[in-house]
Amino acid sequence: MAEAALPSNVAEIYEPSLFGTYSKKVGMWLFLLSDSLTFGALLYAYSYGRISISNWPTPFHSGSIVNATIMTAFLLTSSLTMVMAVNASARGNEKSRLIYLLATMACGVGFIVLHGKEWSHLISEGLRLPIFPAVPHQEVASEFADVSKTVPQFAATFFGLTGMHMLHVTLGVVYLGVIALRRKFIPILFACWLVAWLATPSYSPFHYAAHVLLIAALVCSLIMWLKPKIYDAADVEVAGLYWHFVDLVWMFIFPLVYIMSTKIV
Amino acid sequence: MEDASQLAIEARVAEEQRHHSVTPFFWVWGTLLVLTAIEVYLGYQNMEPKRMLSILMCLSIVKAALIIGYFMHMKYEVSRMKYLTMCSLVFCLAMMMVFFPDAFRILSLGVK
Repeated sequence: MAEAALPSNVAEIYEPSLFGTYSKKVGMWLFLLSDSLTFGALLYAYSYGRISISNWPTPFHSGSIVNATIMTAFLLTSSLTMVMAVNASARGNEKSRLIYLLATMACGVGFIVLHGKEWSHLISEGLRLPIFPAVPHQEVASEFADVSKTVPQFAATFFGLTGMHMLHVTLGVVYLGVIALRRKFIPILFACWLVAWLATPSYSPFHYAAHVLLIAALVCSLIMWLKPKIYDAADVEVAGLYWHFVDLVWMFIFPLVYIMSTKIV
Repeated sequence: MEDASQLAIEARVAEEQRHHSVTPFFWVWGTLLVLTAIEVYLGYQNMEPKRMLSILMCLSIVKAALIIGYFMHMKYEVSRMKYLTMCSLVFCLAMMMVFFPDAFRILSLGVK
């Protein structure tokens, strides 16, 4: 390996990096820039609908706002623990690094669970996409049954935007799990897939979305089998960039989707 | 040797991070929570939507700047990295605003 014959002044021998940092970090920044355009397009689509449709629904009661505020606090706290993990990793403190990474993952899981609860509530009240399986014994007079028919753009943009973000958070938790626990994380991931798949009813979209965990487990197994390595401070920092980006996107989704659609009673 | 130069840069970046105090991160975290509380408070004020949207987007941009600057360490990157990435991002996102006049046009036409 290259570490064995590393002269102390090697960075000065070669042409300096154009961006003053290592390639992995520049690569992650480029990915995040392109991903921010994806979220930008989704946020603009939501805003377009919000402006152009005069009877845009305002379905979020104070319960939903409290739920979304706790979700925001989870993400902000996870960003703090992530930055502490990066700092601990740079200092070579492996135990603190592991604890902070696990704390970040716990906050991420908390966010996903609360978001899942919010989705389930809205679906049970009749807000749905045509591709969602029918909910048995659902009352026709549910609160949002009309919304899905009169303003289908609301459900499409809401589920599209928040679903894309939830997917990013889920993959972020998987990414951090691999960085923190390496191969030990794979059986945990398979167990999570089984629990998520079996514990959700067949009419829930999460019953099918759980397969994301199966795909992630297979891909992670393949990567760790093809290129086994010990993740260093640079890998933790790059993973941190991804995690903070997920937090950053939510800072726009939360006010635009939830606060702007609050139902004041 | 390319790997070696990369490892040397990684080591230098890690060395720089060792000297960063963690105190500003707690301040940023506290500020983000306070800004979120202000947003929630505004949600319960019966404000005109355009005005509320303007205030909320300003707060979101401040929050985004804090996250990018401190949590994502952009504040500590070289100027070339800062300006190339952020200017290109802002330009591309601003270009998407070209669709908004059409949204207002539909509203004024009264098309449902």
